[in-house]
Amino acid sequence: MTPRRKRLFAVIAILVGVSAGVTLFLLASRENLLYFYSPTQILAGEAPRDRAFRIGGLVTTGSLKRTDGTLEIRFVVTDNRESVPVRYTGLLPDLFSEGKGVIARGRLAESGEFIADEVLAKHDENYMPPEVAASLHMPTPARKTE
Amino acid sequence: MIPEIGHFALILALLLAIAQAFFGLAGAARGQVAWMQAARSAVAGQAVFIALAFGALTSAFIRKDFSVLYVATNSNSELPIFYRIAAVWGAHEGSLLLWALCLSGWTLAVTALSTSLQAAFRSRVIGILGLISIGFLLFMLTTSNPFERLVPAAVEGRDLNPLLQDFALTIHPPILYLGYVGFSVAFAFACATLIEGRLDSTWARWTRPWTIAAWIFLTVGISLGSWWAYYELGWGGWWFWDPVENASFMPWLAGTALIHSLAVTEKRGLFKSWTLLLAVSAFSLSLLGTFLVRSGVLVSVHAFATDPARGLFILGFLTCVIGGALLLYAWRAPRLKSAAGFELAARESFLLFNNAFLVAALGLILLGTLYPLFMDALNLGKISVGPPYFNMVFMVPMLPLLLLLGIGMHATWKRSHLQPLRNRLIGIAAVALVIALVAGAAVYGHIRPMATLGFALAFWVMGSSLMIPLSRLRARQALPGAVLGMSIAHFGAGLVTLGITGVQSFKIEQDVALAVGEATTIAGYDFRLAALRQVQGPNFVGVEADVLISSDGKTITTLHPQKRLYNSGGNPMTEAGIEVGAARDLFVALGEDLGQGRWSLRLQYKPLIRYIWLGALLIALGGGIAGLDRRYRRVKAGETAMDAATEPSR
Repeated sequence: MTPRRKRLFAVIAILVGVSAGVTLFLLASRENLLYFYSPTQILAGEAPRDRAFRIGGLVTTGSLKRTDGTLEIRFVVTDNRESVPVRYTGLLPDLFSEGKGVIARGRLAESGEFIADEVLAKHDENYMPPEVAASLHMPTPARKTE
Repeated sequence: MIPEIGHFALILALLLAIAQAFFGLAGAARGQVAWMQAARSAVAGQAVFIALAFGALTSAFIRKDFSVLYVATNSNSELPIFYRIAAVWGAHEGSLLLWALCLSGWTLAVTALSTSLQAAFRSRVIGILGLISIGFLLFMLTTSNPFERLVPAAVEGRDLNPLLQDFALTIHPPILYLGYVGFSVAFAFACATLIEGRLDSTWARWTRPWTIAAWIFLTVGISLGSWWAYYELGWGGWWFWDPVENASFMPWLAGTALIHSLAVTEKRGLFKSWTLLLAVSAFSLSLLGTFLVRSGVLVSVHAFATDPARGLFILGFLTCVIGGALLLYAWRAPRLKSAAGFELAARESFLLFNNAFLVAALGLILLGTLYPLFMDALNLGKISVGPPYFNMVFMVPMLPLLLLLGIGMHATWKRSHLQPLRNRLIGIAAVALVIALVAGAAVYGHIRPMATLGFALAFWVMGSSLMIPLSRLRARQALPGAVLGMSIAHFGAGLVTLGITGVQSFKIEQDVALAVGEATTIAGYDFRLAALRQVQGPNFVGVEADVLISSDGKTITTLHPQKRLYNSGGNPMTEAGIEVGAARDLFVALGEDLGQGRWSLRLQYKPLIRYIWLGALLIALGGGIAGLDRRYRRVKAGETAMDAATEPSR
């Protein structure tokens, strides 16, 4: 192959690679980009009704209820302002507990209940998912004076 | 006192790193032999002081010195000594120290083993490694000092994260880091080459064993991490496309592309600037990975808020290293011309496609990993990119890669001589397809297109890899390490494909609620919850279940999954029970007490999962055999003789 044809060859290879990459990205990302919503955003109607998304916040203390002898679990996720009930069937991750941060993936039902397919575990119990940390409405000294 | 000695040793190491960088680079630029000698002495001195600092921190952990903040946060008096030592690198500060230790180890090795290199080039390599070391030591000393005192001292430590109290995870970070940091050698070689502006085949022959060594460590390190996640996290998954995993996988992809591209540069003098760019990229991605993981930037930019100084330093350092190297590349690389040509079906073409597909996968994974960060920074909403995205963008480039791999191994340099092998290759492909169809139908009961494709490619690659050593042995030809290593590594790649296809296509996972005495069936196996009992460990209490597994009335095994509660507090931890087999794993994780005497259990059937890790080990083994090829040693001996002959003229 001459240097010129070789260059052409390389350019074609790169073009094919790049266009395949872009196509793949667009195809794959449509369904796979999960948006994150806090309970306040969900109650304000910002969350989609027709597709999956992620909800995050703190598990309200005392809200964890299970139907005895089955895998069905209900708990409430709050951002200290609004709350959304969540239903999940399956094993909870080890690091799940009341009063701690949680992220769940699923869909919003007509009833306003969030049906979770997956409740996420984090490797470290003291770790707060950044999305959750940002969405929490922490009582600050400034707000106390309001 | 000892922690202060450690701290002081780190400061001295930093000063020596500065000396190493300055004398290494300036000495080479000005041709000062004494300066170059000083740089080499600084390497040894730095290694001594970093080892001293590392020893001081280890001793603080062994002596349970809870007056050191880092020890108090990551250890506990009940923690067994083995894990107390492993806790040294269990969190941010200590793992940075381990990083620095690895770097000084590699630098020492390069300095000691590169006597046959041209003096100025060697000195530049040492100087660049010194620059990297400066960055790390400065980062540690200014933002993440592991020797910071806790006043007043804690009575008891907070304990090492229980998930990290595990054998695989104690050796996982050092091995992974040796891989990450090892790419710094290829990086330094590339930068030194760019400074000098010329590159010959000796350069590639020199860089190859170092790159392969680092790549082997990275391969083993990633496999260990995957294996650990499988049995320790209680989910039974072996890969999650978590940002942390991606951070280690991206340098691996770049490194894999690099060792293949280096082959072309060494043998044919082609792809020169591309090889240099890959060498720069592999280490840049390692840096990006290490730092982003440790600072938490990768999950979200918000993690900057936790320690703005740390994030800012990281950004600055990354900009200097990556930006500097790329600038150097843009300035100097056009000088390096590749002259030779090759035919379409020559080995060069196949290696070009290998690189194109690997880099495509790498780019798309990088995009998916960083995409949430950009979206958030631009206030376009908080998103996460799910595993299906990564599965797709990884799988699609890998399918043609594996297909071409089976042919490319047999291609010769420059000109194609594939014609005589055509019939045999078609034969292997046909047999692979038949086995894939039969295996899908007979073993798993149904034929799925993707599973068939995966199995067929796996058998195709394995068969094609075996063909080379078998035909050479039959013809009583010599089997050099490079050829044998290549065959073994590629056979391993086939095994990994087999494992991934099997487990992803035919796995069964089920969460169930069982009372003692009850049973359930998945994949033809009966799982009976036979008993539950309390257990007591050295630093935990827990509940253990006996899960009796049988098939067709024959008992296979009894698994003992546990739920542990560590004395240091915190959440319960799952210890899964796993029945290992050549054809499948059976996995049982114990959930929690559901009331009415029932417990939740996660039951999994994981066909062929072992071949993922077995294949990865073969890949590493193949790399090792190829890296130890006689050719590299012979070259060194030859060069030394040459250098000695030309010495007086310098």
